[in-house]
Amino acid sequence: MCSVCGCGEATIALDKDKAGAHAHGPHDHAHDHDHPHDHNHPHDHDHPHDHGHDHDHRHHEDGAIDYDRGIGGAHVPGLGQERIVRIERDILSKNDAYARDNRRFLAERGVFALNFVSSPGSGKTCLLVKAIEALKERMAVTVIEGDQQTSNDAERIRATGASAVQINTGKGCHLDAHMVGHALETLAPPPGSALFIENVGNLVCPAAFDLGEAHKVVVLSVTEGEDKPLKYPDMFAAADLLLLNKSDLLPHLDFDVGACLANALRVNPRLQTLIVSAKTGDGLAAFVAWIEASAARRAADMARA
Amino acid sequence: MHEMALTESIVEIAVEEARKQGARKVTRVFLDIGALSCVEPEALEFCFSAVASGTAAEGARLEIERVAGAGWCLDCERSVPLAERFGACPRCGRYRVRMTAGDELRIREMEID
Repeated sequence: MCSVCGCGEATIALDKDKAGAHAHGPHDHAHDHDHPHDHNHPHDHDHPHDHGHDHDHRHHEDGAIDYDRGIGGAHVPGLGQERIVRIERDILSKNDAYARDNRRFLAERGVFALNFVSSPGSGKTCLLVKAIEALKERMAVTVIEGDQQTSNDAERIRATGASAVQINTGKGCHLDAHMVGHALETLAPPPGSALFIENVGNLVCPAAFDLGEAHKVVVLSVTEGEDKPLKYPDMFAAADLLLLNKSDLLPHLDFDVGACLANALRVNPRLQTLIVSAKTGDGLAAFVAWIEASAARRAADMARA
Repeated sequence: MHEMALTESIVEIAVEEARKQGARKVTRVFLDIGALSCVEPEALEFCFSAVASGTAAEGARLEIERVAGAGWCLDCERSVPLAERFGACPRCGRYRVRMTAGDELRIREMEID
């Protein structure tokens, strides 16, 4: 499960004690999204209720229910000794609990975390190197690098003087909050610093995994096509900032910047957008200003809360 | 996308619940998977048998309920079916539709023995 330390279930169980975030019963997860599937069990009312209710119904302290509630009691033919336990948990609830731990850890230290996502080759690492160089006089920056293999990217980051931890996900196509939690322990980001998490190059999977960051930043390069936001909408919907990178190549391409931004805004009307070139430095000042302003706003929000 | 990681999460949650219930094994797991959630049920099923092997959920059956996509169109002011994520309203053709159903990734319940 964990590609940082190779730990399996044992360590996950250990972590349960850490913050209590994993100890909640099956009913704590909000059911306030209003999707209507309380009437669509496949086994409803298609047989007589003739298999008596003479089993004890145990209502467990943790809210789990057997037999007579839900489909377990009356509606499953041939139930035998099996019983139905209502769970009602998001499949991603484990990850989300780790993400909450990370978010709390970062908030306590006043660390401003950004999760950078993009397809491979959009220029994320180069952009981060340039941003670190522009920021480092005013703000400490640490970096978590996610790749399937190699520590090449972490080495490029360390060359700037910033600390970096490389996570190799192996077969994994994304970072998850558990991996990032381990990396945070190793990295120990200083108070008041910025943390850049460079996710695995992949426009699909990282969208679903909250790492505990303040914002997702999606990087798209102008060599990729204007319709990327429509082809991979989840990532653009999950992000708060779009960096359109490699703008220095625009004169050589038929890339329509307006159409690209319109596509991105169709998927996410609240998305902020900046056009940058990591190579020439165009637009980087605006990006750095965005980081500083967002970090200050986040710190103010935390102080109020 | 990431069906393997999702499957690992399903198995972990199921095994943990089974342990809490003092169950010997998990025989069925009922999932709600939204039609707009970018998850292929076939891929989940494929991964599940591999991931569950050697756990209390080994041999369990996945019962996947697809939840249809729906949204609230801000212009029509009504609930409309959604065939694709961030798609247009089928009535007015505009894109001011907020998804209200179809992105579920949930373990609803399970059968234990």
